[in-house]
Amino acid sequence: MNIFRKDKRKKIKNEIPLEIKRSNISTTSSSNKSSVKLRVFRINAVKNPNDVPHFDEFHVPVKRWTTVLDALLDAKSYQDSSIGIRYSCRMASCGSCGMKINGIPRLACYTKISDLDTNTITCEPLPNFPYIRDLVTDFSQFFNHHRSVMPFIQNKKADIPNVNELTEYEQSPQDLDKFLQFSYCIKCGLCYSACPTVATDLKFPGPQALSQAYRYFADSRDSDKSNRLKVIDTSHGIWRCHFAGSCSNVCPKGVDPALGIQLLRSHLLGISNSEKKIAKLQDRSPNSYREEEEEEEEAD
Amino acid sequence: MTSDSIKNNNINKNNSKNTTKWFSNITLLRESQIMKIHYITGVGALFVVAIHIMMRLIMPFNMSLEFENVILNYKNVFYALLLESILILIAIHGFNGLRVILLEIRQTQIWERAVNILVIVAMIGIIAYGTRTIIIANGFSLG
Repeated sequence: MNIFRKDKRKKIKNEIPLEIKRSNISTTSSSNKSSVKLRVFRINAVKNPNDVPHFDEFHVPVKRWTTVLDALLDAKSYQDSSIGIRYSCRMASCGSCGMKINGIPRLACYTKISDLDTNTITCEPLPNFPYIRDLVTDFSQFFNHHRSVMPFIQNKKADIPNVNELTEYEQSPQDLDKFLQFSYCIKCGLCYSACPTVATDLKFPGPQALSQAYRYFADSRDSDKSNRLKVIDTSHGIWRCHFAGSCSNVCPKGVDPALGIQLLRSHLLGISNSEKKIAKLQDRSPNSYREEEEEEEEAD
Repeated sequence: MTSDSIKNNNINKNNSKNTTKWFSNITLLRESQIMKIHYITGVGALFVVAIHIMMRLIMPFNMSLEFENVILNYKNVFYALLLESILILIAIHGFNGLRVILLEIRQTQIWERAVNILVIVAMIGIIAYGTRTIIIANGFSLG
């Protein structure tokens, strides 16, 4: 089919969805299934710390696959450009668009309006985070907690002068399976916002930091177990978790922070059966090859 | 909750620099050790209280509360030890639980220290007073 012919171009133009032609769309009737009412939380804590929060309402058109983020961006583009919203990837990969949607922390890009099964969508900033503006919150404390658990591989064997002789950490698929689930965390903050302990205890690290502490604890390439456990084994650490399970309930990536916390607790109590294996570095120095060849010759 | 309130809490700073030397950085037990004791005392208390309840069911309720019968319980060494163990296990478990609840309400350094000290003092006080009662009752002579 040649779409560059004049008659074909006209045909394609006629097939463009109605949502693009703004002037023809009805946005007043709540019974009209092609539009929903969007209630957006508005506050400007940066400009005015005493600002009184309120809700603004927008009627936005929706199609079958319209997400909450699409609806918010539609309202921002065509009705009120001052709406503060954080987003990036639009595919549940970056975690930027976390917010409370109809009372539950969710990713706006990952929540379809059709799944919510309501004509009124209420968008609020994530709980347990300080407001910046509208739907944008301050993640500084969240990242501080994450940093406090030292979320990186620490292996003293790697700190050697002649690092060129060593190539890689050997890790079996079984070792990988021990922590792989927890490595899917995108730091969206939904678990932190859903946690009831975080709401009352400011010093509690939160489910994200604790699950990442387990992720690196369970990693066979990591050898610095004690320092990381000292950070979380405090009066406001891992033991203040009440096992509500809200964190695992809201996680968009299936990380299950509650599981990580309970596994880490069992390690701290000394009742865990799984042994933590220390990584074995592959020695690729020239001497090691000669020794292997000599052993093979002797065996022959 | 604003950003300023979070910053003012100084959660990630080393608070020992801003505190008095007295009782600063004293850690008798790690939190995991405290919680291990908490779990063991909880299970233990459940067990001994079950025995205590079963012992109370061996006679009618109104007879069980008569003064002479109560004193006779204390005069039985094994029963006195059972009551002492109930006292110790429940005091430790209960006051540690209270400490956890109070620590979650507020997180200032003065509050945390006050809670820790008061809980330990109350625990020791209750155990001491209860032990005194058991010892006096054990030595109490009827008539």
